[in-house]
Amino acid sequence: MTAPLLQVHNLSKRFGGFVAVDDVSLCVAPGERIGLIGPNGSGKSTFVNCLGGALARHDGVVAFAGRDLAGLPPYRRARLGLARTFQLPRAFASLTVRENVEVPFRFLDAGGGPASERAQDQLERVGLGDKARLRPRDLTQVDLRRLELARALACRPKLLFADEAMAGLSHAEADDILALLFRANADDGVAIVMIEHIMRAVTAFSERLVAFVAGRKIADGPTAEVLRMKDVEAAYLGD
Amino acid sequence: MIGFAFWRNGLALALVCLIIIAVALRAVHNDYAFFLGYIVFQYGALAIAWNILGGYAGFVNFGAGAFFAAGAYATVALNKALALPLPICVLAGGCAGAGLGLIMGSLTLRLRGVYFAISTLSLSVVLQTLIVNWSYVGGSSGAYIVRPKAIAPFTSYTEFLCLLMFVIAATAALIAAAIERSSIGFGLAAIRDDEAAAAALGVPTLRLKLLAATTSGAIMGMAGAPLPFYNSYLNPDSAFAVGYTINAMAMPLVGGTQSWLGPVLGALLLGSIQQLAVAFVSSSASLALIGLVFMGFVALAPQGLLGLFRLRRAEGAGR
Amino acid sequence: MNLDPVLIVNACASGLLLGAFYAMAAAGLAISFGLLDIVNIAHPALMVAAAFVVAALTGGTALDPLLASLLIAPLFALFGAGLYRLYHFFFERRGDESIRGLAFFFGLMFLIEVSLLLLWGVDQQYANALYSSGVLSVGKVDFPLRMLVPALCALATFATLSAFLKLTFVGRAISAVAQDREALRLMGIDPVRIKTIAFALSVGLAALAGGALIVIQPVDSSSAQIFVGRLFAIVIMGGLGSLPGTMIAGLLFGVIEDLTATLIGPSWSPAVAFGLLLGFLALRPRGLFGAPP
Repeated sequence: MTAPLLQVHNLSKRFGGFVAVDDVSLCVAPGERIGLIGPNGSGKSTFVNCLGGALARHDGVVAFAGRDLAGLPPYRRARLGLARTFQLPRAFASLTVRENVEVPFRFLDAGGGPASERAQDQLERVGLGDKARLRPRDLTQVDLRRLELARALACRPKLLFADEAMAGLSHAEADDILALLFRANADDGVAIVMIEHIMRAVTAFSERLVAFVAGRKIADGPTAEVLRMKDVEAAYLGD
Repeated sequence: MIGFAFWRNGLALALVCLIIIAVALRAVHNDYAFFLGYIVFQYGALAIAWNILGGYAGFVNFGAGAFFAAGAYATVALNKALALPLPICVLAGGCAGAGLGLIMGSLTLRLRGVYFAISTLSLSVVLQTLIVNWSYVGGSSGAYIVRPKAIAPFTSYTEFLCLLMFVIAATAALIAAAIERSSIGFGLAAIRDDEAAAAALGVPTLRLKLLAATTSGAIMGMAGAPLPFYNSYLNPDSAFAVGYTINAMAMPLVGGTQSWLGPVLGALLLGSIQQLAVAFVSSSASLALIGLVFMGFVALAPQGLLGLFRLRRAEGAGR
Repeated sequence: MNLDPVLIVNACASGLLLGAFYAMAAAGLAISFGLLDIVNIAHPALMVAAAFVVAALTGGTALDPLLASLLIAPLFALFGAGLYRLYHFFFERRGDESIRGLAFFFGLMFLIEVSLLLLWGVDQQYANALYSSGVLSVGKVDFPLRMLVPALCALATFATLSAFLKLTFVGRAISAVAQDREALRLMGIDPVRIKTIAFALSVGLAALAGGALIVIQPVDSSSAQIFVGRLFAIVIMGGLGSLPGTMIAGLLFGVIEDLTATLIGPSWSPAVAFGLLLGFLALRPRGLFGAPP
């Protein structure tokens, strides 16, 4: 049994009186594919923000690759191998598509060679190779998602949180993104936690399924089992 | 990329410009040319410095005058205490500005940009208070500096000051160009565009912001250091004159914030306009004009003239 | 340091009076910055401009400065409405970083200062009211009327403002727009209209503060500069979005500043503002009563 990559113990996050994340514990093994589902407002993005370091103050312990992450700013967590994408793509508007991907290569020093070449490589792998010199404002939605993933994968992460990477895309476009995630997991061994509402994609991708409702984790187990649970069904009634 | 070639070419270019300017100004055979040159180069340095934090990183400093004055008063203090020559005072001014930038940055750059901006606004007032109460540098009545007669091979001390200020401006341009081309520049641009995303991708945001604030402050301090020698006198009113702050912001904004060329362009343009306005109308009127130009560009063309030019070229090329 | 207790008590008393005025001056900023997230740096400049106008109006006449400020407040509010529309058109609409809007208001502050200089020169302006030289003495404590009357008016203004924001429909809409613009729109209320009214209100308050200011002390074209630090320090100390917090912060600030002036020296006032501003930003950015991050 390999040591878990990510260990979250009793994470809670409060905004004033509102409890966004309530006593959540989670383990992620290296190379695992996990789906994180839950209705809107159930605390999934807050959870990711806490793990990524954007929300620094929270209760509970987070350990990654054996290290306690408490007090580490986001860029240090990225350096350890924890990457995330954002729900709405947040590309750097004043940089070209390639320069966007160069940023993590320049700062995370994972490998050799000039950053621009490695960035071009990364772009080819996600299918954006010929759009390297464009600006983000010239990209389509699906291409922006590709860029978002390319940047996060350029961090050479051990664990990636893909936050609604397929939201708003067409069936075919979502499949493209899904394929990218599969490839990152298979070729580079990246553990991926996919936060998604598109059930078709989540069920196809995940070995394990975690379900959030109102900030609490109500299910955590093999995908098929979790989907059969009464509570999970109830949470998604009408979804 | 930043390598030996960059520095060699940059220094060579700066040296060539220095020689051309020195020869041209001497050919004009008028001391006023040296005065004018000093003013333009001073504003150029100030604008380039402001742009490093304001344009590259997106953190607006509303108190550029404080850093500038810190440099000027560093000169006064050192000159009085140790009678140090001006070039040393310039370095000291740089340290004073750098220190100020580092302190201000450490305290406020962890927060939203608006809080840094608001803090810099008060900084000017507070620094002025400290200086006014510091009798060693003359307090509110000011201090006199004895100008050396002339330094060979320069025809007058003003010529020396003018060319010294060019060197400071050229240094500023070199540093800014180096930042632009390096990973630091990439990091600052990422921070400017989306700080949270930058941090998630491994950019050490606080460290880079502090670096930009310190560098910016250092150059502004250097630009202010020769002022007491230029006027032979320094008092808080002249050191903290509101024109320095507004110009440090208006010049990059008008010229263009994406590279060091923008502030230089803005300095030439706005500097000339102001000199004309001061000569033909009044100094208050010239300031009012700058204020209007500033607001106009903020609202209509925040990328400045260079930005407009780039936009026109991109559209013309047909994407 | 002179630690005479009578001196200290008097410093506290005048500090409280001054603080009440500061709180009213900051109230407008509490609305524009605290509720609307518009960083109107020009707020103190507008207050000083109003002070200049009041001085000009009361110069030859027997008009009371505070009354004069009440008369010009609607004009300033109108100007504020127009200013917001400009700001909204150029900056808010584009969802731009508030930095550019900040620069816009800085330009405005600068222009106001230069305009005052051009129109009135470098001389200080002042206004005399009937009570300017009177003093109310309670035992060993003196309350100069030129500070007491504006302070009482400030408290009254504050109370009215709080009531307006809590009890009237428009007032509640203003508080709501700070929290959830979309909800407002879904209720059929145009957020832009509400914000226009709110911003106009903030500038009107600036005008009232201008009248109080010129009763308390003379002003010149550069007076706004030190108030920027003071008022932002107070708003941040009190906690963004908390009107009662602003009042308490204002009173506290006034006392601290006055005690510093009395015990250390009057020229150190700007340092107090700056110190408190930086202190809170570094240690507790949400202020005394603001919502936790």
